[in-house]
Order: sequence, then structure tokens, then C-alpha cells
Amino acid sequence: MNWDAWLPLLVILSSLLPGLIIFALAEERVRLRTVLNLSGALIKLALVGWMLWGVYNGNHYETRLALLPNLDLVLRAGPLSLFFVTLSAVLWMVTTVYAIGYLEGSPHRSRFFGFFSLCVTTTVGVALAGNLITFLLFYELLTLATYPLLVHRGTEAARRAGRTYLAYTIFGGALLLLGTAWLYSITGTLEFAPQGGFLNGIGKEHHPALIIIFILLIAGFGVKAALVPLHGWLPKAMVAPAPVSALLHAVAVVKAGAFGIVRVVYDVFGVEFAADLGVTGPLAWLAAFTIIYGSLRALFQDDLKRRLAFSTVSQVSYITLGVAIAGPIATIGGVVHLVHQGLMKITLFFCAGNLAETLGIHKISEMNGVGRRMPWTMAAFTIGAFGMIGAPPIAGFITKWYLGLGALEVGQDWVIFVLAGSSLLNAAYFLPILHRAWFQEPPDAWPEEHNFGRKETAWALLLPPVLTAILALAVGLLVTLPFSPLEWAKLIAAREFYQP
Amino acid sequence: MGAMFTTIPWASALILLPLAGGMICFLWPRMVNALGLITVFATALSVIGLGWQIINDGVYHHPIGGWGAPLGIDLYADGLSLLMLSMTALVGICISIYSTAYFKREHTTRFWPLWLFLLGALNALFLSADIFNVYVTFELMGLAAVALVALAGGRDALGGAMRYLLAALLGSLAYLLGVALLYHGFGTVDIALLSQRVEPSPVLWATLGLMSAGLLLKTALFPLHFWLPPAHASAPAPVSALLSALVVKASFYILLRLWLEIFEPVVDDKSVASLLGLLGAAAVIWGSVQALRQTRLKLLIAYSTVAQIGYLFLAFPLAAAAGVTAWSAAVYLAVSHALAKAAMFLAAGNLIHFGGHDRIADLDRVVQRLPLTAGAFALAGVSIMGLPPSGGFIGKWLMLEAALTQERWDLVAVMILGGLLAGAYIFKVLGYAFTQADITHESKTVPASMEWAALLLAMGAILLGFLAVPVLSLVGIGDPFGVSEVRP
Repeated sequence: MNWDAWLPLLVILSSLLPGLIIFALAEERVRLRTVLNLSGALIKLALVGWMLWGVYNGNHYETRLALLPNLDLVLRAGPLSLFFVTLSAVLWMVTTVYAIGYLEGSPHRSRFFGFFSLCVTTTVGVALAGNLITFLLFYELLTLATYPLLVHRGTEAARRAGRTYLAYTIFGGALLLLGTAWLYSITGTLEFAPQGGFLNGIGKEHHPALIIIFILLIAGFGVKAALVPLHGWLPKAMVAPAPVSALLHAVAVVKAGAFGIVRVVYDVFGVEFAADLGVTGPLAWLAAFTIIYGSLRALFQDDLKRRLAFSTVSQVSYITLGVAIAGPIATIGGVVHLVHQGLMKITLFFCAGNLAETLGIHKISEMNGVGRRMPWTMAAFTIGAFGMIGAPPIAGFITKWYLGLGALEVGQDWVIFVLAGSSLLNAAYFLPILHRAWFQEPPDAWPEEHNFGRKETAWALLLPPVLTAILALAVGLLVTLPFSPLEWAKLIAAREFYQP
Repeated sequence: MGAMFTTIPWASALILLPLAGGMICFLWPRMVNALGLITVFATALSVIGLGWQIINDGVYHHPIGGWGAPLGIDLYADGLSLLMLSMTALVGICISIYSTAYFKREHTTRFWPLWLFLLGALNALFLSADIFNVYVTFELMGLAAVALVALAGGRDALGGAMRYLLAALLGSLAYLLGVALLYHGFGTVDIALLSQRVEPSPVLWATLGLMSAGLLLKTALFPLHFWLPPAHASAPAPVSALLSALVVKASFYILLRLWLEIFEPVVDDKSVASLLGLLGAAAVIWGSVQALRQTRLKLLIAYSTVAQIGYLFLAFPLAAAAGVTAWSAAVYLAVSHALAKAAMFLAAGNLIHFGGHDRIADLDRVVQRLPLTAGAFALAGVSIMGLPPSGGFIGKWLMLEAALTQERWDLVAVMILGGLLAGAYIFKVLGYAFTQADITHESKTVPASMEWAALLLAMGAILLGFLAVPVLSLVGIGDPFGVSEVRP
């Protein structure tokens, strides 16, 4: 039996099956649930590691099932898909540990972890999708799997946020369906094609239609990637529990949207063809506008998670910008930001969750002197924040460096100003937080303090952000090692995007 | 073994078993649940037997008593009939299991004979080779269905049943007139013979008008849907499920057959198909908007049926240039809708059983308290919305494909808008399921078989999303959509 053909499916099943079993578990079976969650995550990591090594050495892994006549369900592990899979597999592991700590003793945990696993399953499906219809399938499933997590608490605010989320994403999904079906009616294929997309031979008479299809697809993905003006749901979604925010902002939803944009530009249209159609320029401008707009809005938020949410709006568009600049080096910068933003933003959200769970702090104005009470948490937060600003040697710096170089390479000098302006704004909304936390006097009493003995907070809450912060630092420091995100992004660019 | 398997007259068993079972139920009212279940399972087994025959030997054609057309009664089954019979069997099994727990003792003795007669009528209809037999099955089906609606008792149910009865009778009457005209004009009631003999003439036009009107009334296509919401919403839950899932599909099936075999080849004018498509589009929008406006769960589901029936009729204008794709889409949507909508009505029945009401705004904490039922509703909703992976998605994708290749942007817009509206009304229900509201009423526990019956049907609708290739190749047996036929 040929295992290579089933590996991608096994990666999907490694979180799907535990998820389904967890749904059926009684609420008090804590230990079994934890074992299922962690063993699923470990198995997934092992499988992904195996495939990474294989792909590095030039192997192919592909599962293909018939979905419709002439249209298959394809799961394919190439360099780009594995990049995203690895990110979500690693961060799923970390987030699961965090969620176990965060939700200890709260109701409906079986339901929560069930949907949590489904959410990661669908994200991995999005990553591995080998054609547009498979992508669409998992992308829509992701919407459905996330909704119960978003409204998990069942409060009025949570339900409102859930409604907003659905209104945006179902609308986006409809645009995507239309774009995909239309594309299929023109081309008769939806298979992602590295090195130039599958639209190369299309006649000139279809070009106007293709421009509309491009807009439809980008709008469909832009909803989840929070491109302005489709970003409205993301700040509202911050009412969700912290692990869910981490999932939304770093692992699954926002990333799926950004990843979709990468796929459309490179594997559907092909970057040169897209540039010929004249659609990459406006996309780059839109991304640049989103970067500045998100940062500006972030400046004026007092709610910590809301500020972080607007920061995500801004940061995720770095990926889109890098892709839309349409040069090899900028692309490396954009693609590598998939991982970099994930590591940094998940750290920040974990820390925000720790502050809320341990001290009852939700607002920035309540954070005076919190660094003395929770030094480890705030140290992790500081690394994440500096990374976002783009201070070397943290991950964010690498991204901005490559974006800047790439823009200069293709003569798009204006991007430098966007990057500089955004970095200034990032500093303007992160540094005051750090100043408050480290240099201001703590208040006499915290809003709602929980005691964890001599530790600053529970281990399960403390270790994940510390680990992800170290990772964010490490991927910046060790950029030249063979399996660093940057090296892998270069491998992607060389193998999938640009002929050497 | 194989030989014996293929020589049994499975098709006749499909009709006789449920009819006989229904009568036996009258004789032993004490054992009615067991008798009913046995009959339904035996019938389902016969579908498998017939399927075996068709897959091995191709189209099944059987003149009962050896008389043959045009005198005798013929049974005919191709891939399309087989799919409809399988759908009926599958939905029938789940609803039967549900009903054993749902009905109180005194109601079971009335429910089972009626349901088994309905099952026999449905099977006979899907196997009919001539239009007069179809009329007979319509009458049997209609009477059984009306009586089932009235089973709940009370003002609403009787009013709903009355309207339903009038609509069903009127529909049958119009249809019967059409049968008489066709017989008068072309001298036969056999569908295959008719398709050879018909030619454009005033008689044919009159027939087309009468039969379509009658069948559209029975199928509840907008604006002839007025009878459906009160009947489907006031009936007992398993009956609502049967009506929405199966009964409206039966008249659609006949319309499809007559259209494909008799009318489409000779009617050159595109206006009839366009009109059907227009009504379908109006049904999608109107039904969805009405569903969104409802405050009662069962009415919401019933209006959703009105909308979903609209999709089926979008195939008529699209079939001219993309025949197979459009008809496959319609058939796939019909079957997916049958599973999903039955699941929804059963889930609604569970909620009513549990809380004693179906006010959407008061569905507090359903997700926590009836997770399987909420799951069934959600999965069925995925198919109704046409989101992947589900049978509804496959159907919608094929229909979109047919519309896009002909650049029918109006129909594309209707389908996209219909999907969005469906999303809105499905999540309107699910949104209330996640509340933290105080528990306002005493609840009754729901038997596990009722929860699982709903969930299994919903999972079937999802599973259909992965079975498009085998199902569509099955439907192709006997070439029901006239693929190889050269059209003028």
C-alpha cells in the first residue's frame, strides 16, 4: 500500500477523529479529553514533520477523491501548504495546552474542544487543498466550525459578535462560490498550478471576466483576512475566550483568508498574469491602506484585545502587500509573515488572556505596573510587541526587511513609506503599554485577582506565551538555519512561484 | 443466490408489501409498531433487490400479468426511479423509527396504516409507466397525506388539512383532465408510447397547461404554495417530515418525467420553460424571505420548503443548453432536500416535545440540553444553505455551472441570494440555541431514537456531498435525461 497517497488525509484525520470523539465525551472526563487532544496534536506534528522532511527532499504527497464528475477533492502537500500546516499544527498544540488551563472548571468543555479540533482540522484542510473547490469546501467549513467557539459564552455580546461574523463570512463565502463556479465555467479546471497559475492560455475575450473573478475571489478571502472595508467583524470578535482569539488571529481564520489570497495570486492567476491584468497594483494599494488604517484605529482603543485586533487588521495585510508587490523578495517577506505574525500575535493574545484571567485586567488603563506582578507574562508580551514594531532581531523585523527590499527591487518605492509609517504607528500604540506595565506604580488592588500561590499564574497559562515568545525571537535570530521559516519561504518562492 | 435474487419481482413487492402491511395493521392494532417497522424494512430491502436488478440488467420493465401496454399495468424503473425509491426508503426508515417513539398509543393505530398506504402509493408512483396509474397513486397518496395531517387534531391541523385536501383534489382533477385529453388525442396513456406519438397540436397545449397547473399546485410552486405552510406546520412532526421530504417530490418527479418524455421534445417555444424558471426564482426569494420573517420554527421550516422547491424549477430554463447538468442538479437538490428537510422537521419535533412550544426566540440553551438535535438541525441547515460538503452544495454547484455556462446571470443572482437568505434563517434559529437565558419551562426528556433519527437523516444529507459520482452514474441508467437522444 502506498502511504504517500494517504498522508495528507491522515493529517486531517489526526484532529478530526479526536474532535468527534470529544463531542461524545461526558463533561467530567477531563483526563481522557486531555489525552485525546494532546495525542491528536502530537500525531499531527509527527506526520507533518515526516512530510516536511519528504518534501524537502523532493517527494510528493497527494490524496485525491472524486467529488464531482471531472472535479476531485485534492489534498496535496507542497512546500507552501506545509508551511501553513506546520504553523497551525505547532500553534494548535500550544493553544490546546493554553485552552485546557484557561477553561479549567468552566462549563461545556467537551463542546468547546470538539469544535476547537474541527477548527484546526478545517484549517489544515485549507492549507492542504490542491484545488480551488477543495479550498472552498474547507474554507466554508472553517466558518461553521468557528461560530460555536465565538459564541461559546452565550452572552448577548458574544451572540451579537457571532451574528456579525456570520454576516460577513457567509457573504464572503457566497462571493467565493460565485467566483469559483464562474472560473470553472471558463476554464474547466480548478487545479492549483505552481509556477504561473492555470489561467495562462486563456483568450483575451475572457480578460474582463477574469478581472471580475479576481475581485470576487479576493473579496471572498479578504473578509477573513480582514482587508478594509471587510474587517468589521474582527474587532467585535474579541469578546470570544482568549484561546479562541488566538485561534482567530494567529492560527486559523485570518490566516486562511491571507493564505487564500496567496493562492489566488500565485497558483490560480499566476503573478505575472495577474500583473498583466492590472489587478495586483490596486491590491497592493488596498493592503497598504489597510496597514495604515488598522494601525491608526489601534491607537485609539483602550480595550487591550480590541487594540490587538486592530493591530491584526494591520499586520495581516503585510502578507497581502508582499504578495501583491509581485517580486520574488517581497513575496518571501509576505509569505514568511504568515508564520511570523502568527507567533507574535498568539503571544500577545495569550498574555492578554493571562492578564484577564489572573488579575481581571481588560483595559490598557488598568495595566499600570503589571510587569512587577506578572514579569514572565509581560516579558513575553514585550517580545511580541517589539516584534510587531519590527525591532531586530525579532521575527517582525525580518518581514519588514524583505518587504522593503522586495519593493525597492521592483521599483515600488512608496512601500517604504508605508512600512516606516506603520512601524511608527506600531511603536505609538505598543510602547505606551510597555511603559505603563514596566515603569508605572501598580495600583493598590487589581480589578479581580486570583491567587496561584507563588507562581504568577497557572503553568498551563504561563508556558504557552513564553514558548511562543521564544519562538518569535528564535526565528528572527536563527534565520539562516535550513528549516527556519525564512529559508522555507525562500524554498517556496524558488520551487512554486518563480523559476530559478 | 444471485440468480434467485434477480428473479424475485422486487418492484411488485415495493407496492404490495406496504399496502398489505397497512391492512394487517388494522387487524392487529396491538402490535402495530412492530408490524409497521417490519413492513418498512422489508420494503427497503426490496429497493435494494430492485437496485441489484437494475444495476446488473439495466432498466426494469415489467408488464403485470403479462398484458403489457396499452391494456395492462406496466411497471418501469430506471436509474432515476431507483434514486427516488431509495430516497423514499431511507427517509421512510428514519421517520418510522422516530414515529414509534413519537406517537402516543392511540395515535399509532391510525398513523401506521395511513403511512404505509402513503408509502405504497409513493413507490407505485415512482414505478408507474403510464399516466393513468399515476393519477390513481396521486389520489391514494393525497387521501393518506390529508388524513395524516389531520391526525394531530385541533383547529389548526383540521384547517390545514382542509386546505390541503382542496389543493390536492384540485390538482388531481386538473391532472386527470390532462390524462383524458392525451388519451383522446393520441390513443394511449403509456408514457413511452405517448412520447412516440405526440405532435404539436392544440390538444397538446391544453394538456400541457392542465397537467402543469395540477402538478405545480401539488408541488406547491410559488404562487400555488398557499396550502403548504399551514399543512406542513400544523401536522405532527413525522408527518411534516414525510410531506416536505417525499410527497411534494412525487409530483415534481411526474412533472419532470412528463416534461422530458412528452412535452420538451415537441414544445419548441421556450416560454413555458422560462415561465417555470421565473416562478422557481420567485419561489426561492419569496419562500426564503417568508421563512426569515417567521417566529415559529415549524412555519420557518415549511417556508424553507417553498424556497427549496423553487430551486428545482430553475432547471427547466437551463436544460435547453445544459440538459444533463441542470437535471442532475435538480434531482440532486431534490434528494438532498428530502433528507435535510426531514431531519429538520424531526429536530423541530424534538424541540416541541422537549419544551412544549416552537417559538424560535425561546429556544433557550438547546445546544446544551439537546446537543444531538441541535447538531441535526445544524447539519441539515448546512445542506439547505448549500454550503459544502453536503448534497445541497453539489446540487447548487451543478445548477450554478449550468447557469454560468449559459450566462444566465439573473438565475445566478437568485441562487446566490437564496443561499444568503437561507444562511440568515438557519442561523436565526441556531443563534437562539446558544443563549444563556434562564430556563423558562419544565422539560420532558426526548427518547434517544427520536434524536438519532433526526441526526442520521442530517448526516445522510452531508454524506451525499461525497457521493456525487456514484449517485449520478446510477441516475444515468436508462438515460432518463435523454442524453443520447438527438434533439431537433
